[in-house]
Amino acid sequence: MTTGAIDNLADKAAKSTPFGMVRRMRGLSDRAIAWLFIAPTVFLLLAINIFPLIWTVYLSFTNFRANQPGREVRWIGTRNYERIFGSEDIWGYLQATAHFVVWTMVIQVIIGFGLALLINRNFRGASFWTTVILIPMMLSPAVVGVFWTYIYQPQTGIFSYIIDFFANTGALDMIGSVGLAPWSIIIVDTWMWTPYIMILCLAGLRSIPDYLYEAAEIDRANALQKFWYITLPRVLPFLMLAVLFRGIENFKMFDMVVELTSGGPGSTTELASINLKREAFEKWRTGFSSAFAVILFVTVFGLGNIYVKALNRVKS
Amino acid sequence: MRSWRTALAAAGIAAFSFTSASAQDKEITLCWAAWDPANALVELSKDFTTETGIKMKFEFVPWTNFADRFLNELNSGGKLCDLLIGDSQWIGGGATYGHYVKLNDFFEQEGISMDDFLPATVRAYSTWPKGEPNYYALPAMGDALGWVYRKDWFENPDIQAAFKEKTGRDLAPPATWTELKEVAEFFQGREIDGKKVYGVSIFTERGSEGITMGATAALYSWGFKYENTPGKYDMDSAVNSPESVEALEFYKSLYECCVPPGYSDAYMVANLDAYKSGQVAMMMNWFAFWPGLAKDENVGGDKTGFFVNPKQNVEASTLGGQGISVVSYSEKKDLALQYIKWFAKPEVQKKWWSLGGYSCHNSVLNDPDFASTAPFAADFLKAMSGVQDFWQEPIYAELLQAMQKRVHDYVVADKGTAQEALDQLIADWTISFEDDGKL
Amino acid sequence: MSGASTAYSVVEATPRGKLIAGVVVVAYALVALIPLVWIFSTSFKSPPDSISYPPKVVFEPTLEGYVNLFTTRSRQTDEYIESLGPPETWYDELVRERNMVITGPSRFADRYWNSIVIGFGSTFLAVFLGTLTAYAFSRFKVPLKDDLLFFILSTRMMPPVAVAIPIFLMYRELGLSDTAAGMILLYTAVNLSLSVWLLKGFVDEIPREYEEAAVVDGYTRLQAFIKVVLPQMRAGIAATAIFCLIFAWNEYAFALLLTSGNAQTAPPFIPLIIGEGGLDWPAVAAGTTLFLLPVVIFTVMLRNQLLRGITFGAVRR
Repeated sequence: MTTGAIDNLADKAAKSTPFGMVRRMRGLSDRAIAWLFIAPTVFLLLAINIFPLIWTVYLSFTNFRANQPGREVRWIGTRNYERIFGSEDIWGYLQATAHFVVWTMVIQVIIGFGLALLINRNFRGASFWTTVILIPMMLSPAVVGVFWTYIYQPQTGIFSYIIDFFANTGALDMIGSVGLAPWSIIIVDTWMWTPYIMILCLAGLRSIPDYLYEAAEIDRANALQKFWYITLPRVLPFLMLAVLFRGIENFKMFDMVVELTSGGPGSTTELASINLKREAFEKWRTGFSSAFAVILFVTVFGLGNIYVKALNRVKS
Repeated sequence: MRSWRTALAAAGIAAFSFTSASAQDKEITLCWAAWDPANALVELSKDFTTETGIKMKFEFVPWTNFADRFLNELNSGGKLCDLLIGDSQWIGGGATYGHYVKLNDFFEQEGISMDDFLPATVRAYSTWPKGEPNYYALPAMGDALGWVYRKDWFENPDIQAAFKEKTGRDLAPPATWTELKEVAEFFQGREIDGKKVYGVSIFTERGSEGITMGATAALYSWGFKYENTPGKYDMDSAVNSPESVEALEFYKSLYECCVPPGYSDAYMVANLDAYKSGQVAMMMNWFAFWPGLAKDENVGGDKTGFFVNPKQNVEASTLGGQGISVVSYSEKKDLALQYIKWFAKPEVQKKWWSLGGYSCHNSVLNDPDFASTAPFAADFLKAMSGVQDFWQEPIYAELLQAMQKRVHDYVVADKGTAQEALDQLIADWTISFEDDGKL
Repeated sequence: MSGASTAYSVVEATPRGKLIAGVVVVAYALVALIPLVWIFSTSFKSPPDSISYPPKVVFEPTLEGYVNLFTTRSRQTDEYIESLGPPETWYDELVRERNMVITGPSRFADRYWNSIVIGFGSTFLAVFLGTLTAYAFSRFKVPLKDDLLFFILSTRMMPPVAVAIPIFLMYRELGLSDTAAGMILLYTAVNLSLSVWLLKGFVDEIPREYEEAAVVDGYTRLQAFIKVVLPQMRAGIAATAIFCLIFAWNEYAFALLLTSGNAQTAPPFIPLIIGEGGLDWPAVAAGTTLFLLPVVIFTVMLRNQLLRGITFGAVRR
């Protein structure tokens, strides 16, 4: 994922491998073991990850439809791509996706970082409550989506009831109204995944050696300065990693949202993956949807790499 | 020498087929949607098992996932279903892509005549290309979109008086869409038996086919046509005719004025929920549910009345219903065919109707007593005489998805105008037909 | 690097600061728990109670949701039900009060069992293969190692729906559609990237000297791996296994698109739990509860390994 980090790791590992050649051993040679150990994994990944990827790229240049077995498969060049880039609808789905990714990240970073700072004060029972907070992120997103439809029911649901009770808003149609639906999915994602950001921030906070704060104390730094010059820079790499992983996941978001809103109302919450599913498995435009998949992949890959460069700069 | 070998091979094949036949254990799987009629079919099929010794397994999937699941199953060449009661629109794909077994020879051999079935259902559920005598299914379940209303409320003198005062006419089941909206507006937000009620439940579902089925109920009544000339795919000025635009605008206004809160993604089950729990005065749904509603504990019996899809410019109803097909990937086609042969018998068809399934068999429908067998039986005949269906093209799913999006975007998400929605729909459909080589 | 084992800051917060922190965190945790508690309690409501307004907090508990979850029922007339004679079991009785008769078991148990088989099967394979590969990557010079490692990871960037397109075609050709074997292979492949990465980190932490010593003692490399390295990796393997299992248990997109009547797991099935002619929320809640409960218990019981896995996995990368 993070090319830089991988290079570093690989370098380190490579430099410290003198030992394999120390002696000829009985039994299998190191080389044989190495291949024996790696081959099944590589084979499986080639068969189920790499080969399909290449196939997808190939299909994206054809008019193939998986539900029309007898039809002649024609090479149509970049027409699928041209159609996607020329389609207003697709831009709409990408905008919805961007709205979802950006807002979930912003909100979760604020709440997650805040919670981590509080938990790091190490009050009594902190560890227990941390575990409690973790629970939502372990659950199945699809099932979470299903039961939040129940919680969001405007007439009988508890969400609308509680909000109405405190804010007197009347029945809130979270899923059905165009204005609220994008926020309904953001709320559920925040509920689920804030703990993840929190945990990584906490790991960052705990990696800060105390002497830094002690030194700052001697320099009479105030709390804000300590936060700005010590805490934030030290936690930032962790935070950025967390955002990277969650950002990628949310860019691909499918299960929770499809069960919650199924893309509605209209196409308000139709995220890229949801539309991809419609194109590929409902309309069966396999070639077209392959092109869309390739574009999504390249986008994640590109954005991810730019982000990793930024991350490495922060680290150094 | 040669004959010796042949004999051996024959013996081998015989042995093989014998073992495989006994290993099959004489059980077939029937796939359909999970709804009331499916339960009736389970009941009905017990007779089949008694008669033939062939056990029946059932795979029922809720409507919202029905097309998704079983089309995926067909497209992956799955062997799950031996028999499939697939939606009317699937017949084009089922025939063209070889998912369904062609039944002509079988019908001939067994003396099953399609003339014994209601012509509209044969055309819609069995034939491809439309209307030509190539049969890929036996009409199994006749269905159309219809309406119910709360008879007890409509007959309540206080409510009647209030309605008369408000509108100047008598409260009655609506005969036109304009009347329907008037009645719905009247009930919207009214307090009845200490409970706030709403006007009407209509289809607004986004994921599968809901809002298309609902909106076309209005469109057909305004005289909507898919093509100017049948078979030419010339959609401009048919799909987006002024009448169509008006109908779609009307459907949106109905959604905006008269549905219960949070009604942005409702299909059959949600509508039933709203109606059975006493929230709405009227409901749009499929005839298939009427037998169950008639004996419902809350709203059954005298509390519920039925009416056919109201007319506006013309009388028309959205077609539902399905034919039963043999899946060509099945390894037990012969057993599956036995089921179809049994199911086509007039006496079985009669029992099917009595259990709550809608038979399409003339012997049932033409029975002079038919109209009196159920409070909605006459309406059913009337509705079936004017049914219209969505595209049945092999690429129907793609066409349907386009309409789902355009209509939901306009009606529920309030995006653009009806004219724009229909214009865009034509553009979407044109691309699809071009890709398919039809244009 | 791993968060859980690092000592706490000695720069202690003031008692008042701790109190405020405690109150806020506990308040957040309680609010976050509301949806879960609500689902749990809904699973014990009767269908009318589940859609009452205002929402009922106090209600008479019933097992109707669970009975509905595990059975299929059909509505019958009073006369028919009376003709059946007295109900034989408590669940028969419960169902008959609603004018229904149990017609057979539902598919939920099958789907749940599929989840277990596919979840554990793929976890075992992913951890097994992952351990071997991680060890090899950690200890040996492997040509193209960097590229391989990068490839392994990049496969997780594809949206599952995108991966499902070619897999669907491939499985259709191979006859793996809708089979447990197909799903196990697929989940194994998806989990392998995570498992190799996590486990490589754990192996890297084990000093090579241990194996050296074992080899000097006359072990073969393979024996050294099995008898010396594996026992040291136990905690890492456990943490990895938890993550693989949770992924496979929760996965939805592949299961939705690639399985149907045979190998379908619980996540695509739970949305389909629908009563006759109505959304049966207590049954949905019951299914949800039974599906989520193992994960909740898991999370609480194995929190330390989980924390280690989450932070370690991320930071390693």
